[in-house]
Amino acid sequence: MSDLTRMTAAEIGALVAGGEVAAVEVAQAHLDRIGSVDAQVNAFLHVDTAGALEAAKAVDTARANGTVLGPLAGVPLAMKDVVVTKGLPTTAGSKILQGWHPPYDATITERIKNAGIVMLGKTNMDEFAMGSSTENSAYGPTHNPWDLSRIPGGSSGGSSAAVAAFEAPLSIGTDTGGSIRQPAAVTGIVGHKPTYGGVSRYGLIAFSSSLDQAGPFGRTVLDAALLHEVIAGHDPRDSTSIDGPVPPVVAAAREGAAAGSLAGVRVGVVRELGGEGYQPGVLAAFDTAIGTLRELGAEIVEVSCPHFEYALAAYYLIAPSECSSNLARFDAVRYGLRVGDDGANSLEEVMSLTREAGFGPEVKRRIMIGTYALSSGYYDAYYGQAQKVRTLIARDFAVAFERADVLVSPSTPVVAFGIGEVVDPLTMYRNDLCTLPASLAGTPATSVPCGLSDGLPVGLQIMAPALADDRCYRVAAAYEAAAGPLTFPEVTA
Amino acid sequence: MSDAPATSDGHVTVGTTDTASTAPAGRINRSEVAHLARLARLAVTDDELDLFAEQLDVILGAVASVSDVAAADIPPTSHAVPMTNVYRADEVQPCLPREDVLAGAPDVEDHKFRVPRILAEEA
Repeated sequence: MSDLTRMTAAEIGALVAGGEVAAVEVAQAHLDRIGSVDAQVNAFLHVDTAGALEAAKAVDTARANGTVLGPLAGVPLAMKDVVVTKGLPTTAGSKILQGWHPPYDATITERIKNAGIVMLGKTNMDEFAMGSSTENSAYGPTHNPWDLSRIPGGSSGGSSAAVAAFEAPLSIGTDTGGSIRQPAAVTGIVGHKPTYGGVSRYGLIAFSSSLDQAGPFGRTVLDAALLHEVIAGHDPRDSTSIDGPVPPVVAAAREGAAAGSLAGVRVGVVRELGGEGYQPGVLAAFDTAIGTLRELGAEIVEVSCPHFEYALAAYYLIAPSECSSNLARFDAVRYGLRVGDDGANSLEEVMSLTREAGFGPEVKRRIMIGTYALSSGYYDAYYGQAQKVRTLIARDFAVAFERADVLVSPSTPVVAFGIGEVVDPLTMYRNDLCTLPASLAGTPATSVPCGLSDGLPVGLQIMAPALADDRCYRVAAAYEAAAGPLTFPEVTA
Repeated sequence: MSDAPATSDGHVTVGTTDTASTAPAGRINRSEVAHLARLARLAVTDDELDLFAEQLDVILGAVASVSDVAAADIPPTSHAVPMTNVYRADEVQPCLPREDVLAGAPDVEDHKFRVPRILAEEA
């Protein structure tokens, strides 16, 4: 048997379902891989060896008993540590939740288990998903497998690095302002942010509730689609969950790859997402990708979305405002850390000491920005105005989608930068320039690898209208088939 | 800076009571950070006050560009995909076992969350 860790999820699933390889063998191969490279990569905060082998054994037993397995049964997965997992440590990358074992599973955790997917462990992330580099984790940075001195993106950087380092064929990320697409781009893998409401938020530790959305990572478009289909769909436990059919993302990925053509598809290049502030190597890779799309028969049109330039400002008001409210739950009473409870300090003092000790600097900054922006007197000028800008961005999308079936841009303005290189918060925020508009509009978007710049991966972002996630997958799969796979670097012990 | 009064609508006023719809200039200083930290229940250190005052001023200066957009007649968007309120049937559902929930608490007494004192003892 060739190296199981080099296979796609689709291939592993077919082998397991066909009885050609045992799920336990697959799980062990990936656990071994984690054992040999994760000291360098630091993708995982917790590896659940016993749980993974047990879940894999259950898949093998089910098959032996005649159960017909689903396409991802026995396929290993790395879970972002912002998703609650019953009995497994869940920290969201924060000291304030160190040692907490959730008493319940998130809906997506349940769906992943029910599909027979084998959860290997929990992955590192920027604290409470606030960041673009995974440097804001309380548990040390994750290293990019393409260059261990560089960041793997963020906030889902542990999940992106795990897949790029062949520690898992699949992983789960969450995307509030780009936290799936940007890490996918800088680690050379595929990541998709579903339409807001497409995947249940029940059991996601909330950052910005009107933006948060979980989605899949894989090394291929089809793998991401297969995982998307497992986690998507209506959930009555999430009041913003869409009560409707899941877009046919797997069929779209298969058709896109098989057709070898994008004839009749109108691809809109967003004028505002490029130019100044974008690395030349990123723009060159993007231009080459546009050429490939044109060769596939797509009609390339230029579209203008004039309000996208305000997306960064609107996002960095809306997300901190919602986080300042959401993170009020960390009150040193019901779960997590408690500091200063010496009998003399009041509840309020204990709360303040705990939050001071338990939160890192970026989380504190955002809580205070949000507190400021929601204050009486400033509310209209900041949060209220940001919500109006959100409307204008959604209208820009609506106009652009009259002329194009999908919109494209680079996924990030820059390739992976060095760990410790970006210290200024605003400079860090600009990593999200390309991904923020789709977050604010709630529309789906995929990042698919589109070549290298100086040996580092560049991502092509493909955006579609709400509920048309399948369009992202179709175009991404056609592009992927035409462009061919990246050659991943070797991470060695 | 003294504790800011809560207004009748429950909002808390920070800094000036300017209610104009344009973002104020000269945004934030050390004492305002101290006040925000108090509102947010963060016992920040002296060093953090200096650091955060500088950083928050820069960040708030950048995000204030939202007020450059002419949007007086534009409705706000709170959620991207329009939806109406969702109701469920009013039926009793099982909840998590009490001991499972208390197992994650920082301190437990008599099957309940134990909290630090909540009433001041001094005059």
